[in-house]
Amino acid sequence: MKILGISGSLRRDSYNTRLLGAAAGLVPEDVEFEFWGGLKEVPPYDEDDDTEEAPAAVAALREAIAGADAVLIATPEYNSSVPGQLKNAIDWVSRPLAMNPLRNKPVAVVGASTGAFGAVWSQAELRKVLAATGARVVEGEVAVGHAPTRFDEDGRLVDENLLEQLEEVVTSLIAVAVARCTSSEAPLASAA
Amino acid sequence: MSTTQTLTIAPAGTWRLDPVHSSVGFEVDYLAGTFKGHFRDITANLVVDGKSALIEGTAKVASVDVKDENLAAHLQSPEFFDAERHEELRFTAEDVTLDDDAVAVRGEITMKGITRPVALAGKVTPPIADPYGNERVGIKLTTTVDRTEFGLNWNLPLPTGQPALANDVRIVGDLYFVKAD
Repeated sequence: MKILGISGSLRRDSYNTRLLGAAAGLVPEDVEFEFWGGLKEVPPYDEDDDTEEAPAAVAALREAIAGADAVLIATPEYNSSVPGQLKNAIDWVSRPLAMNPLRNKPVAVVGASTGAFGAVWSQAELRKVLAATGARVVEGEVAVGHAPTRFDEDGRLVDENLLEQLEEVVTSLIAVAVARCTSSEAPLASAA
Repeated sequence: MSTTQTLTIAPAGTWRLDPVHSSVGFEVDYLAGTFKGHFRDITANLVVDGKSALIEGTAKVASVDVKDENLAAHLQSPEFFDAERHEELRFTAEDVTLDDDAVAVRGEITMKGITRPVALAGKVTPPIADPYGNERVGIKLTTTVDRTEFGLNWNLPLPTGQPALANDVRIVGDLYFVKAD
């Protein structure tokens, strides 16, 4: 069982990347948590470039998603919505829709922001986008508002309530992925 | 004035679906018109025993046929039929009432794992002998269901705030049966 973690923020000390780090610390021992760090390298979507040989960063992302049993995305919020580079990466992965690796893939969304609301609008929009790709969007939300106050000097999430909510989302995500893997239709992706 | 009675819908026995000439489709208002699609892979049986009749059928979600493969993929996704978890649509009915050539059917339809009662109405074409030595009957049934009662909730708000896709979906089954025994 493998969960792929994608941070929607490119910043080195990103709170969303730290939130993924907290999620990685909450998964059971038999679950592998892999960070995908190639977001910055994904070029702007251009249908002229969307050929059989995809740009390397796009191919790597498609492969990483295909090889994972579930995906956890932590997103910031820019202007009440999804950061452009994250949306751009999903747009690449989603095409062609009928064959894209997000189809039926269990995906959960969490988010952190420096403001009070913890990227809730961005999370909602991201869930809508992911559903449109055919992903199996797992219920549950973690909204880390006032992010600078929720992590310690070492970047660890220290808010007990948020940790509990994060664990619930991760547990739900794993449960949906396990249910999918145990059906004959969708063998364990990470074992393929 | 006719009186509704339960009559023999067809001679007793088992009748198998002719899947080539039969169709099971849906019609739903979308934007400024009516969007239609159908399922290529369908099964059905009609079992007649005296005056009672049983109709049961399935449609494979993965065989949904619309004019764009990406739209077909969307219809199979968790936002619509969720083909990975729920491979088939199912229909069963044991309450079949005939009044002249008009047929009324009460049964259950299952979509996305949710089973709900449904009433259908339509017409029966009386048995005929086809040129190949088979006996055939035709049954055309229609009903309207609220897709949201089956968890098919996708929509898109228009600039006016109105939804792009209607909730009411008309299901149309045009079924040709061939006598099996």
